[in-house]
Amino acid sequence: MTTLIADTTTVFSRELRPLLRDPFTIIFSMVQPLVFLALFTPLLPDEGGNALQWFVPGIIVMSCLFACSMTGSNLLFEIQTGSHERMLVTPLRRPALLIGRALKEIVPMFAQAALIVVVCLPFGFRFDPLGAVIGLAILAAFCVGLGALSYTLALASKNQEWLFWTVQQTLLFPLLLLAGVLLPIENGPGWLRALAAGNPLSYVVDAERALFNGDIWASTTLGGVIAAAVVAVIGLLVGVRAMRRSD
Amino acid sequence: MIETRGLTKHFKDVRAVDGIDVTVRAGELVALLGPNGAGKSTTLRMLTTLIPPTSGTATVAGFDVVRRQREVRLRIGYIGQGNGAGHSQRGRDELISQGRAYGMSVRDARARAAELIESLGLAEVADRRVSSLSGGQRRRLDIAMGLIHAPELLFLDEPSTGLDPQNRANLQEHILALRARHETTIVLTTHYLDEADSMAERVIVIDHGRIIADDTPQRLKDEHVGDRILLGFDAETDAAGAAGVLRAERQGKQVLLHLPDAPRRAPVVLEDLRAAGYPAAEIEVTRPTLDDVFLHLTGRSLREGGAATDKELVEV
Ligand SMILES: Nc1ncnc2c1ncn2[C@@H]1O[C@H](COP(=O)(O)OP(=O)(O)OP(=O)(O)O)[C@@H](O)[C@H]1O
Ligand SMILES: [Mg+2]
Repeated sequence: MTTLIADTTTVFSRELRPLLRDPFTIIFSMVQPLVFLALFTPLLPDEGGNALQWFVPGIIVMSCLFACSMTGSNLLFEIQTGSHERMLVTPLRRPALLIGRALKEIVPMFAQAALIVVVCLPFGFRFDPLGAVIGLAILAAFCVGLGALSYTLALASKNQEWLFWTVQQTLLFPLLLLAGVLLPIENGPGWLRALAAGNPLSYVVDAERALFNGDIWASTTLGGVIAAAVVAVIGLLVGVRAMRRSD
Repeated sequence: MIETRGLTKHFKDVRAVDGIDVTVRAGELVALLGPNGAGKSTTLRMLTTLIPPTSGTATVAGFDVVRRQREVRLRIGYIGQGNGAGHSQRGRDELISQGRAYGMSVRDARARAAELIESLGLAEVADRRVSSLSGGQRRRLDIAMGLIHAPELLFLDEPSTGLDPQNRANLQEHILALRARHETTIVLTTHYLDEADSMAERVIVIDHGRIIADDTPQRLKDEHVGDRILLGFDAETDAAGAAGVLRAERQGKQVLLHLPDAPRRAPVVLEDLRAAGYPAAEIEVTRPTLDDVFLHLTGRSLREGGAATDKELVEV
């Protein structure tokens, strides 16, 4: 009996294998956010060495988000060649196709998160290990949902790749900025704060910051869990439906 | 094994498949034949659960293709018109993960992959990136992927397009052997008329999304066209006499005779003519091809418009 987990593992390891066989590309892309961090952190208002504490969880969220919003991009090519069609004919459970592909984008990002944390430790960054693990689990759920939406976008834009890239780019940046990933939202105008309050990512980002700081049993955690779960469920429902309907 | 009732698929204003009723029994080998855009791939895509029908029903391996998709998927194999193997993957990896997708253990999938790599002549390229393979090598890899779980029902959409004659022959052998060994039911589409003719016991001719003929190749040819004997004479008077004896059409010095089982009966015809005093100078026996059948049914040739030329696989 193939279970959802076994199917997800099959999809995930298929996706990851080319990377493992040629790991240079990942190693290169892992260094990118470190550069970003090095150049951006000095610009943040530093109130008693807090900048890293605030910024590192945000950077981790950002790189996961970039990665999982690309879930559909490999798919575009596989839709054209026929290998996606071949996978759809197998008995693999539909959610496994979505989750497996999204996880393949996220797992390297977690390795990257570990790298960022290690690099920041000598500069005074401190974190709570349990909180961090819970935070990453919440982030993973959110990213599975977003990855599934990216997958859906790829299905909707087959034969017109520009559509995928346009929509992906147009949505990603507002999503990031309105979650206070790069700059704090608190001091913004009322309308901006209202938009941020409607952005599920805001709750995830707040939860990450609190969790990395060790505030585990707080309402921010609950908010993050709920927001991530809602996005994951919606993403998977929409994705499975799109697969059924796609011509 | 397959049963469809009024199976229909419309894409916006295109009637790709327009009410197909077909029954395929277990163990049959059926070829779908038709020009580009006839609706062959769309039919297969509905039968393999890839797209929902606009109307009508289909039962495949005992299960409804819309309501029991997973049950259908567990029992079939599908080799699509495109490339099943991912281009950034390696062939062997794809074979193993395909086996895993059908619930095989890693060990079984590995062993089966090795077996297929061997028998499809992929040993040298199986551990290279798929994108570096030639069109024909990629096609053979696709076929290996479709066979990995030895399905009871196999769909192949133009399996031999892009293969050279030797590999086509090899593939045909493979398919026939598979069938002999596992009693696999096989539905394939092809542009090669000779392939449909030599492999399939049953040919379904599709045009504009409808079935216009469905029978054994031999009966299709006998019924719609028949064997012909073209006789040439030295003098028109002989031709006229022969046409009278045979009750056949005459054109100048030639007589055209429609006759079932012509190759066996031609010598008798020659003897009869000699006895009657109108000896033939030349003889040409023509057996119809499936293209003649198609021409008879539609007034168009399958070969026209490049329908029967070797279409290259899409190179990306
Ligand atoms: N996804 C789609 N969207 C819109 N139209 C489609 C789609 N798929 C197929 N069609 C149209 O449906 C018709 C039948 O196409 P189909 O691919 O089934 O033909 P075919 O018999 O397989 O042809 P070929 O021999 O070229 O492979 C064609 O007119 C085609 O343009
Ligand atoms: Mg086709």
